[in-house]
Amino acid sequence: MSATLTEKILARAAGAATVLPGEIVTVGVDLAMMHDSGGPRRVKPMLERLGAKVWNPDKVVVVSDHYVPAIDAESAEILDLTRKWVKSAGIARFFDMRGICHVVLPENGLIHPGMMAVGGDSHSPTGGAFGAFMVGIGATEMLGVLVTGEIWLKVPATRRFHWDGRLQPGVSAKDMILRLCAEVDPDDMNYRVAELAGPAITALGMPERMTLCNMTAELGAKTGLIEPDATTAEWLARTGVPEAHALVAAWQGDRDAPVEAVHRYDASALGPQVAAPHNPANSGDIGRHLGQRVDQAYIGACTGAKLDDLQMAARVLKGRKVAPGTRLLIAPATTRTTEQAIKDGTLATLTEAGAILLPSGCGACAGLGAGLLADGEVCIASTARNFKGRMGSGTAAVWLGSPYSVAAAAVAGQIADPREML
Amino acid sequence: MIAGLTHVYGDRIDTDLLAPGAYMKKPIAELARHCLEAVDPKFVTRVKPGDIVVGGSQFGAGSSREQAAYALLLNGVACVLAVSFARIFYRNALNLGLPALTCPTAREIAPGIELSVDPVAGVAIEVATGRRHDCEPIPPHLMAMIGAGGLLPYLEQRSGRTP
Ligand code: SF4
Repeated sequence: MSATLTEKILARAAGAATVLPGEIVTVGVDLAMMHDSGGPRRVKPMLERLGAKVWNPDKVVVVSDHYVPAIDAESAEILDLTRKWVKSAGIARFFDMRGICHVVLPENGLIHPGMMAVGGDSHSPTGGAFGAFMVGIGATEMLGVLVTGEIWLKVPATRRFHWDGRLQPGVSAKDMILRLCAEVDPDDMNYRVAELAGPAITALGMPERMTLCNMTAELGAKTGLIEPDATTAEWLARTGVPEAHALVAAWQGDRDAPVEAVHRYDASALGPQVAAPHNPANSGDIGRHLGQRVDQAYIGACTGAKLDDLQMAARVLKGRKVAPGTRLLIAPATTRTTEQAIKDGTLATLTEAGAILLPSGCGACAGLGAGLLADGEVCIASTARNFKGRMGSGTAAVWLGSPYSVAAAAVAGQIADPREML
Repeated sequence: MIAGLTHVYGDRIDTDLLAPGAYMKKPIAELARHCLEAVDPKFVTRVKPGDIVVGGSQFGAGSSREQAAYALLLNGVACVLAVSFARIFYRNALNLGLPALTCPTAREIAPGIELSVDPVAGVAIEVATGRRHDCEPIPPHLMAMIGAGGLLPYLEQRSGRTP
């Protein structure tokens, strides 16, 4: 019987020959990821109450990224607790202040095709870019995983978003997913997988695929997924994953496997998109919002501060300056991103244009670190969410755009079409 | 059976509205005092134990933070009725002992009225008018976990670790 990649992964993890959408299965977990906010500080007291231990410390990864670096006594406490717990639980794979979890994991070759993974964070679908089935869960669910190594879930139906054509210069994966945020009803995506496919997806590198899968969370999907291919194999091999090509070959959905729906889009016809406050679903063509004043431009988050994202911003900012009265803040997704951006000259281009460099971490994205907004301020960000109050003041307004669009707004002091600056 | 006054909000009550990021590192009791303040600064002073929060579609969209459901519980909210829930919030709510009921007609429920809710039967009744709203029932075995106060106390009970 033919099966989608999701069904194949879940069948393997459930120890079943096949599974069908709608079926409730208990699956073994290959990888459980936690961060400093939803992780040890929440699960430690619960594990103690139960007198339980972590089922397999080798399958757990902990990343300190939300409260880094500590900005006050409370965040310092959270980080301290995280470090101590990781040690006492015997967890070797701990990334302390090295960057944002969803980018740190693939950078270190920890996400593979065919994996059944969970993450204590809603943007865990990022792992789907590598052909893994990775879902976000809350802390109590994580407790269950840590104690038993298993989780129950409903096998989701697959909806395929098929992108023909090819992205035009100045248009990126972020624009594709913002378009989907505007068009897809999240109620239609509940308990479903958003599979991204088609020639325009195949043409994307891994970082752009990560951006897409990351924001399937905003579509309301259970997770996002892209079938692994030669590009995936190349990334895996480079990050030290053994037998990368064999892994990719082994984890393919069947061509004739039935899916719930196929939605078709044309990447060639897509222009830059921005999301108006306070929801990614308020996305539309950038042309509708030209001239909107911007106080702060923020390039950050797991969604929009990978090396590729910084390079996009640099293409716009090369030889230009940030507008007076506007500030451009850049928080590279990981410390390795910073290293690479120094080596290839990207960082110099950004700082010469007037960008201010911030530490790698969640920072302003979730209102936790440096770069927050005052009452009435307007920000455009390369992040995933523009919920009311998320980046500081409840009366601030956050717009979302691609790194190209954020950089263009920084130069113009207002929302501007990046294609005119390339 | 749950009976309380309704607090009605629209679509996409997200996790940052329920548990604002700026207070996430504070003790949960303090975080809970800011629940929903960006849309309704008076919510936490008005809400009484046993009250019911009513939402539109995609209630709890966004983050996986359990504090979003926890903040409602700490304010005494006895259950949430919404047209639809974001998946992670839904599981978090049940795991913490907060019944979350999918109710297609939730948008027609007025604020400040008394509602009586039977989660296992899957019905909500407006006490004054007798109008009935059908909800997706919560299976009895899940309701047992919710009634125990969520997954953790339930596991403790079952493993005989309760003091
Ligand atoms: S960068 Fe933002 S979206 Fe990404 S994990 Fe951190 S808080 Fe969440």
